[in-house]
Amino acid sequence: MPGPTPNVDGGDAPSDDPVSDGESSDSGVRIDMISGARMQGLTSMEKIRLILDGVRDGNIVILEEGLSPDEESKLIEVTMTEISPDDFTGIEIETYPKAEASDQSFLDKLMGRESAQKLTVIGPANRIETLHKDENLISTLVSRK
Amino acid sequence: MGLLTNLKDSISRVTDGLFAAEEPKRIGIYGPPNAGKTTLANRIARDWTGDAVGPESHIPHETRRARRKENVEIERNGRKVTIDIVDTPGVTTKVDYKEFLDHDMDKDDAVRRSREATEGVAEAMHWLREDVDGVIYVLDSTTDPFTQVNTMLIGIIESQDLPALILANKTDLPDSDVKQIANAFPQHETIPLSALEGENMDEVYTKIAEYFG
Repeated sequence: MPGPTPNVDGGDAPSDDPVSDGESSDSGVRIDMISGARMQGLTSMEKIRLILDGVRDGNIVILEEGLSPDEESKLIEVTMTEISPDDFTGIEIETYPKAEASDQSFLDKLMGRESAQKLTVIGPANRIETLHKDENLISTLVSRK
Repeated sequence: MGLLTNLKDSISRVTDGLFAAEEPKRIGIYGPPNAGKTTLANRIARDWTGDAVGPESHIPHETRRARRKENVEIERNGRKVTIDIVDTPGVTTKVDYKEFLDHDMDKDDAVRRSREATEGVAEAMHWLREDVDGVIYVLDSTTDPFTQVNTMLIGIIESQDLPALILANKTDLPDSDVKQIANAFPQHETIPLSALEGENMDEVYTKIAEYFG
């Protein structure tokens, strides 16, 4: 099992991990809502590590601004390498469909800057189930361990 | 006269060499598990080379390694397009070996298959980022295309600026709904087909020549 979520940005993450005692996870589901500001200074791999460490601890991770397509691709790849029988079966991930990039300026497109601003929910595949999804609503069922 | 002819021949040899040296484009066949990717790869390979690419199965993750069929020459409207077909494992974000136990497998086989499947998906993602020049995205037209894997993969393909052809497969089945696929990805052209029955393959080949030629 991976270690606790690293405080990779040296910011104001809580030092006492409520799931580390192994009891609070039985009484509820922990949700980590990670702001865009916290993700901004991280490299792709640091973002992926932050997400996967949280998910492998059984948490639901909500990203305010989501990942770029390249980071999503790497997230799938790294997730696959970490799947192991009877331990970790992968992730469930949901985002609102990306709007037609209408908020991207011509310069953004020219410079390859992608608008990744899309709320993203990621959880352990064995604990989160999508009930409904459309352009405006993501409905998920989260089960306890 | 002799000098002029020699010069002309030299130029001709150089230009011929340049075109001959052009590498075939690698076209990755992507999509979720059980969309019919290998059936399509085999159909294309058999139609133009006489050989198959790999075994087909209704069990998910039958293809667990990317398989390449080289130098598939497709001729359309007097135009020749040479491609390498890369049949890839179905992309997913989760693999649970217990799903394979329903397909008459014991636990060891199921675990081995799931491990190979995860390696195959990771490999497919790597190919997509590094090694393909275009994508044929295959969807099962009897299932809801509005899934996260499809949305993410189409986004990844678009971000790489790869030419992409979306195929709505399994039109031979009664529940087939091509329109729902066209509606899910309106920014792309959707071509209906049945890779199994060979329906509408003419249009598929025309589009392959158009998109990847």
